[in-house]
Amino acid sequence: MMIEALIAVALLGALITFVAPNRIAGKLAFAISLVPAAISLWLFTAFDGSGNALLDGELAFESQLAWLEIGDYSISWFVGLDGISLPLVVLTTILCTLATVSSWTPIDERESQFYGLILFIEANLIGVFSALDFFVWFIFWEAVLIPMYLLIGIWGGPRRKYAAIKFFVYTNVASLVMFGSFIALVFGLGDSVTSFALPEIATAMVNGGPEGLFGLGGTALASVVFIGMFLGFAVKVPIVPFHTWLPDAHVEAPTPASILLAGVLLKMGTYALLRFNFTMFPDQVEAYAVPIAAIAVISVIYGAMLALAQTDLKRIVAYSSVSSMGYVILGLVAYTQFGIGGATFQMISHGLISGLMFMAVGVIYNATHTRMVTDMSGMADRMPIAVGILIAGAFGYMGLPLMSGFAAEYFIFFGSFGSELLAYSAVFTSLAMFGIVIVAGYLLFALQRTVFGPYRLETDYEVGRAPVHDVASMVVLLGLIIALGVAPDLIFDMITDAIDPIIGGER
Amino acid sequence: MAVFELPDWMALAPALILAGTALVLFLLDSIDPHSTNRSLLAGTAIVGSLASLAVAVWYTAAGVGATGIENHGVIDVMNGQFVVDQLALYFMIIIAVVTALVAVASYDYLRDHTYQAEYYSLVILAATGMSMMAASNSLVTIFIALELTSLPSYALVAILKDNRGSVEAGLKYFLIGALSSAIFVYGVSLVYGATGSLQLEAIAGALESSDQNVVEMGGLLGLGILMLIGGIAFKTASVPFHFWAPEAYEGAPAPISAFLSSASKAAGFVLAFRVFATAFPLEATTAVIGVDWTLAFGILAIVTMTVGNFAAATQENVKRMLAYSSIGHAGYVLIGLAALSADGGDAVMGAAMMHLLVYGFMNTGAFLFVGLAEYWGVGRTFEDYNGLSKQAPFACAAMAVFMFSLAGVPPFAGFASKYLLYTATIEAAADNTILLVLAAALVINSALSLYYYSRLVKALWIEEPILDRERLAQPTGLYAAIIAAAVLTVLILPAFSPIADAATEAATAIIV
Repeated sequence: MMIEALIAVALLGALITFVAPNRIAGKLAFAISLVPAAISLWLFTAFDGSGNALLDGELAFESQLAWLEIGDYSISWFVGLDGISLPLVVLTTILCTLATVSSWTPIDERESQFYGLILFIEANLIGVFSALDFFVWFIFWEAVLIPMYLLIGIWGGPRRKYAAIKFFVYTNVASLVMFGSFIALVFGLGDSVTSFALPEIATAMVNGGPEGLFGLGGTALASVVFIGMFLGFAVKVPIVPFHTWLPDAHVEAPTPASILLAGVLLKMGTYALLRFNFTMFPDQVEAYAVPIAAIAVISVIYGAMLALAQTDLKRIVAYSSVSSMGYVILGLVAYTQFGIGGATFQMISHGLISGLMFMAVGVIYNATHTRMVTDMSGMADRMPIAVGILIAGAFGYMGLPLMSGFAAEYFIFFGSFGSELLAYSAVFTSLAMFGIVIVAGYLLFALQRTVFGPYRLETDYEVGRAPVHDVASMVVLLGLIIALGVAPDLIFDMITDAIDPIIGGER
Repeated sequence: MAVFELPDWMALAPALILAGTALVLFLLDSIDPHSTNRSLLAGTAIVGSLASLAVAVWYTAAGVGATGIENHGVIDVMNGQFVVDQLALYFMIIIAVVTALVAVASYDYLRDHTYQAEYYSLVILAATGMSMMAASNSLVTIFIALELTSLPSYALVAILKDNRGSVEAGLKYFLIGALSSAIFVYGVSLVYGATGSLQLEAIAGALESSDQNVVEMGGLLGLGILMLIGGIAFKTASVPFHFWAPEAYEGAPAPISAFLSSASKAAGFVLAFRVFATAFPLEATTAVIGVDWTLAFGILAIVTMTVGNFAAATQENVKRMLAYSSIGHAGYVLIGLAALSADGGDAVMGAAMMHLLVYGFMNTGAFLFVGLAEYWGVGRTFEDYNGLSKQAPFACAAMAVFMFSLAGVPPFAGFASKYLLYTATIEAAADNTILLVLAAALVINSALSLYYYSRLVKALWIEEPILDRERLAQPTGLYAAIIAAAVLTVLILPAFSPIADAATEAATAIIV
């Protein structure tokens, strides 16, 4: 019942924070969020699962309770963790705790509601990564939208209403497409499936696939569902050309919401792709590998080029996420141990690094009230520690060895270069590698302008050192990034253990 | 094993308790005609409706009306004029819950109002009629119960005597209501003319007997059924008899709008379910009149949900938006009747009933929030609601729950019940492809509805207020009712399974 405890603490904490007075809400939410963080770290040390949750693996902290019957299908409260989901749950709880800390400075109105929503989002994110019944999973999946919509809409920047609605409409329409596709699949599977439990559906898919539905044959139905679900998740990831909501949402969102959005929400998309498309439809992955890899490479290059063209520090970091998520897709479609494992590793790594970058940008913005690269110069003089961490984070993004970004990208390229399933894999990998050069280009370019040189900033604000609590939370993230970079085995063994059943164990 | 046996008529206790409460209220009024002792009057109404709820829940739990249980089972009262089965008890629960919420909320809303006792007794009388409707098993008792609901409702809509909108709404509602009553009773007489019976099972028996006299009356019977559908469409505010609803809901005091759009609608549906499932068995009726009547409900469902949602999307006035959206929800529930001809139709109808229960909470809550806004005097349009969350975060959080739940967004109960309805319809569609269109219409309309529901959330939470407001009072009764409705909207999820089972069993029992 540990997963239930995690979710319950976050939910109850959200309620308590919502009714608490504004004055203490920030500290209270931080104190409450330490509990799930501690529990999830304990889960990490006590983890005893093996194999893949959907493919007959041994789940850790599993619990299943019958809930309701819909026609011939039963729905149950079914949660559990395997090597793929556990690191993501830990990432969620840690980032949520740090996000509350980094809200202390910028959030100065309606605090109790703000922190309540952060904890509510945390509960739902944990649910997304641990639920193993489609119904339960979908509830958490959609419920993430509401608090994020409000976080952007209430506490966001000048164009927050536009950004919030764009975010909501884009991702909600995508969810409907995905939802419809999945229901069609379940009905198409016929009598071999009697519940919405994902392991049962995955097993049925591996053992022969759908029979067909409403005049569509089995293979055709599987293809339609594969494409429908891919499109649904592609928006969440986001993949070019469905990425336009992301920069708007990021730029308008308050810093803590950006941290969660880039750090965890984008991973929902790639996690779902891995769990649904890449686990349940091996044949379709093979059939559509080349177009998917092409989309991935386009996302990498195009996202990096867009970042290169930005002058707003936050937009640069936002677009770079499009690029980083492209690597994840490339790793997935490689369909090798290192490819999928590296993609999963990159989800964690990017969560930490982009969280750190948004935090650093937020700290600079809190001090200077500007994010424009052109306005800033020589920030290193005034905020040496925060800027030092920003530079370290940028190096992590560029994939400097001994940081988690390097390990992730190395795994992905190693896995995709030798992929047997993906035709022209060497070409795709080489093209994607070129993205690293552009990443280094725009990050160095931005750092050069903002950080180095003489201090020159026309602002009415006193620009001084960053507050201790902000620095502390950035240091925690940096420590994790370096730890994973030095010792990827901390989580990589766990991940590959869960990946191997997907690719048949030996590839 | 019961310790003592209750007489059969006690099975109607949930309705009888409401009737008794109304009489007590009359008594209180005659002792002190101009009493404005709100605590006493509202308290009586609340206690009465809660007692009715408690008894209905007790009966359900004890297995009254359940088929196949020794010593209990379906209870016929007055030679089958009334019947107490699971369906009846299920709807009595919905009606009692909504009545209790409305009575609690009215405590504050009616402050400084002259006709306190009249108001509460009319509410309870209307609730009595609705409860009776749930158990009526003959076209005569149905008509009496229908009128017992309608007459107090007309008066309640117009009870703000000094408000022109209220009076005008009451008049419109009365005129259209009278017309539809006439249509309904004409339909009843035609059905009687064709089959020679008023009792529902007897009508079914006459149709199934393939008596030559009945078969020759096919046209007459068809016309009668059409007119019955018309009367039901009025009561459930379905297209094309929906025009009264936005007017009446807008003009009426907000708690009454909540009452009419939730409880009265549920009562209309139970009537439709019972009449059509019991009295007009599909095959026999189709053989006589030559048309499958579920087709009519299929068309009605699509038109109703589409018209309701599109009209709601264009409203500037919050109360009218809610009124049109409640028309849209009537369309969703009508799917339950449209699916009756298909295999698995009982599951669809159970899902539709489940949606009505969830709807009872979320829609009542939404209208009560509008009542709260009227109490504050903040105006009626979306703009007037801007930024209310700054002054009243709890009520606005509850309203956000209602809006997202009505739109069918997880994790709220509205999602679960729509999902149930959707999957059940898809499953039944294997048998009857028209249902596929209905399921698609449900999803598309549901997605569309998110637009206007989220617009209200946006106004409350994201927009800045257009003018500075004084500190807003926090009336206990209204707050209690709204928060209770919100909590129930969320808490129904863990308990979804037994309730959904009960609904499906109730549906199965009357279909077979």
